[in-house]
Amino acid sequence: MSGDGHADEFEPRITAFVCNWCTYTGADLAGTSRLHMASNVRIIRVPCTGRIDPLFIVKAFERGADGVIVSGCHPADCHYTAGNYHARRRFALFRELAAFVGIDPGRMTFSWVSASEGAKWRDVVNDTVARVRALGPFDEYRRLVDLPDASGESYATIEGLLGRTAP
Amino acid sequence: MARIGVFVCHCGENIGRTVDCAAVAETLAGHPGVAHAEDYKYMCSDPGQALIKRAIIDKRLTGVVVAACSPHMHEKTFRRAASQAGLNPFMCEMANIREHCSWIHEDRDAATAKAIDTARTIVEKVKHNEPLQTIHIPVTKRALVIGGGIAGIQAALDIADGGHEVVLVEKDPSIGGHMAQLSETFPTLDCSQCILTPRMVEAYQHPNIKLMTWSEVEAVDGYIGNFTVTVRKKARSVDADVCNGCGDCLAACPNRRTPSEFDAGLGTRSAIYVPFPQAVPNTPVIDRANCGRFKAIAKGIKKEVCGKCAEACLKGAIDFTQQDELVTEEVGAIVVATGYQLYSIGRAQPEGLTGYGEYGYGEIPDVIDGLQFERLASASGPTAGELRRPSDGKVPQTVVFVHCVGSRDPEKGMAYCSKICCMYNAKHAMLYRHKVHDGRAVLFYMDVRAAGKGYDEFTRRAVEEDGAEYLRGRVSRLYRDGDVIKVVGYDTLAHEPVEIDADMVVLATAIRPQPGIKQLAQTLSVSYDEHGFINEAHPKLRPVETNTAGVYVAGACQAPRDIPDSVAMASAAAAKVLGLFSVAELEREPAVAAVNETTCVGCLTCQRVCPYGAVEAKEIRDRDGNVVRTVASINPGVCQGCGTCQAVCMSKSIELATFTDAEMYSEIEALAFWP
Repeated sequence: MSGDGHADEFEPRITAFVCNWCTYTGADLAGTSRLHMASNVRIIRVPCTGRIDPLFIVKAFERGADGVIVSGCHPADCHYTAGNYHARRRFALFRELAAFVGIDPGRMTFSWVSASEGAKWRDVVNDTVARVRALGPFDEYRRLVDLPDASGESYATIEGLLGRTAP
Repeated sequence: MARIGVFVCHCGENIGRTVDCAAVAETLAGHPGVAHAEDYKYMCSDPGQALIKRAIIDKRLTGVVVAACSPHMHEKTFRRAASQAGLNPFMCEMANIREHCSWIHEDRDAATAKAIDTARTIVEKVKHNEPLQTIHIPVTKRALVIGGGIAGIQAALDIADGGHEVVLVEKDPSIGGHMAQLSETFPTLDCSQCILTPRMVEAYQHPNIKLMTWSEVEAVDGYIGNFTVTVRKKARSVDADVCNGCGDCLAACPNRRTPSEFDAGLGTRSAIYVPFPQAVPNTPVIDRANCGRFKAIAKGIKKEVCGKCAEACLKGAIDFTQQDELVTEEVGAIVVATGYQLYSIGRAQPEGLTGYGEYGYGEIPDVIDGLQFERLASASGPTAGELRRPSDGKVPQTVVFVHCVGSRDPEKGMAYCSKICCMYNAKHAMLYRHKVHDGRAVLFYMDVRAAGKGYDEFTRRAVEEDGAEYLRGRVSRLYRDGDVIKVVGYDTLAHEPVEIDADMVVLATAIRPQPGIKQLAQTLSVSYDEHGFINEAHPKLRPVETNTAGVYVAGACQAPRDIPDSVAMASAAAAKVLGLFSVAELEREPAVAAVNETTCVGCLTCQRVCPYGAVEAKEIRDRDGNVVRTVASINPGVCQGCGTCQAVCMSKSIELATFTDAEMYSEIEALAFWP
């Protein structure tokens, strides 16, 4: 896979959970408007940000994502009246928990993108890709569960863990 | 074993230019569970759809993934095609490789890789999709209209004329609302009661309309097509079936000093009263707070006091023992038309509003609001249509009208424009000049907003033919100086301060929703804005629907509205109701949540987060009828499918169809195939 950067640059993998009514439609608008953006993001559609279980994010990281985007309707604009408020509270807490267990909060973007904000969606995508690219690959989890990293090196030894302690 | 077909669309050049569609099909053909994969120039065309149908039959496909445009564009098209080939439509999904891929990327390799990922993600989802059936909901073809003003009357008449029963609930003793209080209406200056009262009578006599005045909606259960409404019929203390409306009781009542609500406090009424002579129904109500007999009962006096109305009533219709009654009505649709109140701008203000103390409202008797002016100008009003000021009955020689009192003022009042005041101020100035030919009408305004058919001509007529003096600027202070009210303001066109000696001042105070609207909105589960106005489902495309299916909105409870707007909204809402009633059964997408009752622990967190009140507690009983445990139960008719309940369910007992955990996690896992 290659993004829009240099060939030798790290290309992060980013999973985006977006609501059907605002951000998914906003991303459609970005397409209709031919707004070019980094190709590192894979979109998973949910009906509402309220549907997003924080475990979705954990699972995405576990399965190799370097970053996650969660985006839905602006406050007061939720198609389902209040789902985004539940999501907002959930992620305010989850961000802290993630930081505690060693996932850099910079790997996660929570944003509101409405159906008319194609350009904002492009910015959210590009900003997140740039930020996660600067953070490097997310392999803290791989180290813990003894999966080889990109170079094939295993971290399952004490030295491996000590040598590259999670931030 | 899943047998999924993947169909990759080139969309002409739209996808094909950036994405190697053949490579996508080829890669997906090798993916586990994929029985068939091909690419084609235009999948949505007839030959494209035929290709899909043929493959479903020939390859015995269990699921279909169309990698093409956004599902918002063509999901319906492809689901219909799948269903025509005998596949359950919900086994067909789309992978968006146009809007989310080919149109936003230039690098062909990167775009192709992303298209493969996207298609594979959806393939993994479809493996877990379940065949679903469209939900059918029966419809009770009977409507409830809340509010008996012009909007409510219009909506009720339109629905009733369409052949369906209507329950019209009004909290006051008579229908008619604010329009019945008006003297004449802009821009035609026709008499308000002359055009309204025939409609009131029509509503009263209509065989399809059940009129419930002096009643309020207490509770609403159910969902679109199937609401159960509890209405409180307040005790009238008069048997409506016996009363013939002769009015003898009114004449006999010794209390004559109760301020009349209908006359906006400028006139008085008896304790047993009909609000106005043309009231519909013409059945009196005893105002228990002001009736001597009920006051004595409240004080604990055993002796029966007064009773003069009962003595005067030859029909024996007075019933002091009457109690409030709760009536249950089954309806399929609800129209909310509760109307407005005026912002009372005295010093004492509820809800943190500061009011306009400097305008002396409530302190200077000759400072009145627009509705009070209507009553003064009305032939049925306290002065019988002669314009006399409230303090001493003198005919005012100078009247100052102040626009935008509390409107367009986010600091002290409401940020919004009350919309009707510019027009009624011009009308008031004209009415005043028609009655007092040598009088002076001065209007302090910010802008004159007269957008409407014949409206601008009307305000110009006020200036050009009736000599209304428009002064652009705000009034800073009003105070009493002997017999006159000093009006201190600033003329922003002449750039000079002005001071006018007025005999009477009319304040165009802001339009606000009725008190109690928030509680009613909560009862109906509809949303309201910061001011309490009911929110429409979409400000442009769904102006008379609310976010709760089956509940519609009309008139000034949605925003400040004049009569033509209110009537238009009411007819629109009625059309929506009639549309709903024109089908035998409602069809709904089956994307609703369901509870696994064997694993549910009954914490009911889902009930707390559900924005629609779709979750109810359900008791599980053993054979002897003892409650074993309580579980959550979701009403599929009410559920809108947001999935918030599933995300908060701690025992993982809720599944939202079309977005189940299995589907979601398989999508996330599918992305782990990334190189």
